[in-house]
Amino acid sequence: MTEFEPVIIGLTCNWCAYAGADLAGTSKIQYPPNIRIIRVMCTGRIEPEFIFDAFRMGADGVLIGGCHLGDCHYQEGNYKTALRVSITREVLKSLGIEPERVRLEWISASEGKKFSETVKSFIEEIRRLGPNPLKGAPEA
Amino acid sequence: MQIVWTSTLHSYMPIFVSFLHPLQQSQFLFYCCLISLSSLHAGKALNRPILRFQSSSWVRTVSRTGKSRGPEEPRIGVFICHCGSNIADIVDVKEVVDFASKFPNVVFAVDERYVCSEPGQALIRENIRKHKLNRVIVASCSPRMHETTFRKALEAEGLNPFLLEITNLREQCSWVHMHEPRKATQKAKVLVASAIAKATLLEPLTPMKFSVTPAALVIGGGIAGIQASLDLANIGFKVHLVEKTPSIGGHMAQLDKTFPTLDCSACILTPKMVDVSRHPNITLWSYSEVESISGFIGNFKATIVEKARYINKSLCTGCGTCASKCPVKTIPNEFDLGLGTRSVAYIPFPQAVPLIYTIDKENCLYFTKGVCRVCEKTCPFKAVDFNQQDKKVEIEVGTIVIATGYDLFDANRKPEYGYKQYKNVLTNLEFERLISAAGPTGGQLVRPSDGRAPKKIAFVQCIGSRDILTNPYCSRVCCMASVKQAHQAKEKYPDAKVFVFYIDLRTFGKGYEEFLWRVQEEGVNLVRGKVAEIYRKPKDENLTVLFEDTLLGQTREMDFDMVILAAGLEPRVDAQQIQKALKLSMSPDSFFLEAHPKLRPVETHIAGVYLCGCAQGPKDIPDVVAQASAAASQASIPLIQGEVVSEPTIAYVDKELCCSCKICESVCVYDAIEADETDEEKRAKVNEALCVGCGSCAAACPARAITMYGFTKEQISKQLAALLTEPT
Ligand SMILES: Cc1cc2nc3c(=O)[nH]c(=O)nc-3n(C[C@H](O)[C@H](O)[C@H](O)COP(=O)(O)OP(=O)(O)OC[C@H]3O[C@@H](n4cnc5c(N)ncnc54)[C@H](O)[C@@H]3O)c2cc1C
Ligand code: SF4
Ligand code: SF4
Ligand code: FES
Repeated sequence: MTEFEPVIIGLTCNWCAYAGADLAGTSKIQYPPNIRIIRVMCTGRIEPEFIFDAFRMGADGVLIGGCHLGDCHYQEGNYKTALRVSITREVLKSLGIEPERVRLEWISASEGKKFSETVKSFIEEIRRLGPNPLKGAPEA
Repeated sequence: MQIVWTSTLHSYMPIFVSFLHPLQQSQFLFYCCLISLSSLHAGKALNRPILRFQSSSWVRTVSRTGKSRGPEEPRIGVFICHCGSNIADIVDVKEVVDFASKFPNVVFAVDERYVCSEPGQALIRENIRKHKLNRVIVASCSPRMHETTFRKALEAEGLNPFLLEITNLREQCSWVHMHEPRKATQKAKVLVASAIAKATLLEPLTPMKFSVTPAALVIGGGIAGIQASLDLANIGFKVHLVEKTPSIGGHMAQLDKTFPTLDCSACILTPKMVDVSRHPNITLWSYSEVESISGFIGNFKATIVEKARYINKSLCTGCGTCASKCPVKTIPNEFDLGLGTRSVAYIPFPQAVPLIYTIDKENCLYFTKGVCRVCEKTCPFKAVDFNQQDKKVEIEVGTIVIATGYDLFDANRKPEYGYKQYKNVLTNLEFERLISAAGPTGGQLVRPSDGRAPKKIAFVQCIGSRDILTNPYCSRVCCMASVKQAHQAKEKYPDAKVFVFYIDLRTFGKGYEEFLWRVQEEGVNLVRGKVAEIYRKPKDENLTVLFEDTLLGQTREMDFDMVILAAGLEPRVDAQQIQKALKLSMSPDSFFLEAHPKLRPVETHIAGVYLCGCAQGPKDIPDVVAQASAAASQASIPLIQGEVVSEPTIAYVDKELCCSCKICESVCVYDAIEADETDEEKRAKVNEALCVGCGSCAAACPARAITMYGFTKEQISKQLAALLTEPT
């Protein structure tokens, strides 16, 4: 059997984490290609449903990256996200999906290194957790 | 309260529920239920989670103008950039082109060496025409780089610029997976598939236009605010200049001479202050503060509070009779940093603009003890008015310039230097007042302890600057200020011994290094070493400076009879009031943050609000003035244009779905979405001018009534599906 390669969905805000990911690129800091990013303007845009959708469609992990608290381009978007993510994790738990599969990180536009480190450690964590338990579950 | 409300209740944080009002609790729970119900029905059979999802029957196709989306089938063109070799060396672009061309709506796919170049853009335009493309995908560098470039190419072909989708194959693929070309190619395909998925759902969007009030508000009347006001007024716009203290002038008015040319500060500043007071386009609100600001670029409303001076400004001629007759003359003068005194009725300094006296209520005998009123009786113009009240004025402006300046670092925070403990330890700003002919000693540089002329003076650099315990940044003016003051001390007392203790002497400006040479030739001693401590000799109030001479590598002591601390520049203590009123950002050092440190140095994140002077960071007068003119010119652009265009990627409420819960209203920090009072069901409505497109409301709306243009639920859902489908 080939080694399990997790598929990670990244949901990042335009101003910080996405820019941080860009900086990792400009600085040529390498990380594994398991992450696929969707850009939104602010993490405050992220509906819990995006996260549920990602798992339903087979993602093994979801990484949400926003500005540091206090630095959100839209003042408070990331506070809302922090709270939303915490309840989303509860809901996931009750559905039998490990809450650790959702990670929330504050990554500024100047933290290219942090972005790549986060991605690497998250991939490792998901590797330990194994594939998304929903994979192979019948669609009812 | 608003913050707690928005970020707790509507972001459904369980911990906070218990603190909420019962009604809020039920609303909260209702919301939680809706979320889980509408997005998934959960059941657990055989310990295996099963998710079932609603059909997407609610998916709408309304464009921001309310019209339904164009009927035409998407005809997508995909342009894959080599970026020279940056992408193509890692990602097999031909393979990605093949992959993309197999998608049903993709009618054209091609690779190109540099899509952003002139020929690259021509290629896009040519194929829009040739293949009747109505959606364009560019797979290249980050959308943060060239979005505008490509949008313009679409526009040139008469295509709505928002029918463009960029996917990032460089920063987020080839550059970060350089050693895994196969996997990078697979990822590139997935990213392109996601862009195609989104592109099929892209809608034409039209920016909105708003008219602009042709006036500006300048907050802070130091040299920065003065320069910005004069420039804006000279362009021809009405300017409201608001200054907190009784006179404009700021710190520059307190300086004696200015480096490196040694012009007398008052001589170059006073004419500008007078120009402000005389300019027909400038309304000067002195002794005033901005209480609140609402609105948006082009249409700001500000409430100014003009504090009561207890002297009628239209009657006062500045004759000064009140001050001379006032029996209380021993109030420490703030302008002289407490080194001199003033009357209760006062002007801060003789050249004050406006030349109107102010009665300091807190120290006035009439206000504190109910007796006196001498000024009222003696004023030849009957200008004293003890019944005056603070006055509120509403003004409307199109743009705002922040020029609130700095505070001097409080040297008490470094107790090892003995400031305020030892009489002969002064700050650099106090030195300015002492050496100024208009200052408390009439320009006599004397020791506060005994009024004697100092024979040996030390200047100690970096007080509260470049210090991890206080401020890590360099204050940029103190080195030159000390070098200037050392020169002034030598000029007064050629026989005096003058030492400057520094970590590095930073004399970077035009003519600054030359000035340093000159001062060294005059006999000023420069000692490279950080001062650790200052002790006092109780007998004669002389001072011992303990320092590490880093050139000799020794700890040494030296005696002085006067020490000047080169205190740094700090953000103003009250800067947060303006920051909160305008929702501005601060940099880590707590000065106001510019929109971009290099490319947008005088703009802020809030459209229509600009920065200049030391409010943005420490700087000297030449830099302050240049920046103030830059801010004025930026602030005049919307005023000259007469209208502003807003980003169309904002929120839109579908009234048919809205349940009038007002959750969005409490979530939006920009007050951009509110119950529509004209609607009988009070359903929500977006103020397109205020909405910044953050998407918080859309994520919170339990009825899914809100569409975020450019980032719709359907688009993101399709992107997810594409990203989670392994490419073949
Ligand atoms: C000891 C010393 C010596 C110096 N010598 C020199 C020199 O020789 N040459 C040189 O080039 N530079 C010198 N500088 C630097 C110089 O002081 C500054 O560059 C300049 O004064 C900054 O001007 P500003 O307008 O930005 O700020 P400020 O001078 O601080 O002016 C800000 C103004 O805004 C007002 N204000 C603040 N908040 C509000 C509010 N909320 N509402 C309304 N009004 C408000 C304040 O009352 C003040 O009038 C020296 C600095 C020091 C400390
Ligand atoms: S748009 Fe309507 S339903 Fe949605 S949050 Fe606002 S008021 Fe509630
Ligand atoms: S998208 Fe617009 S209306 Fe919605 S919360 Fe953000 S600013 Fe307010
Ligand atoms: S803009 Fe980055 S989290 Fe809001």
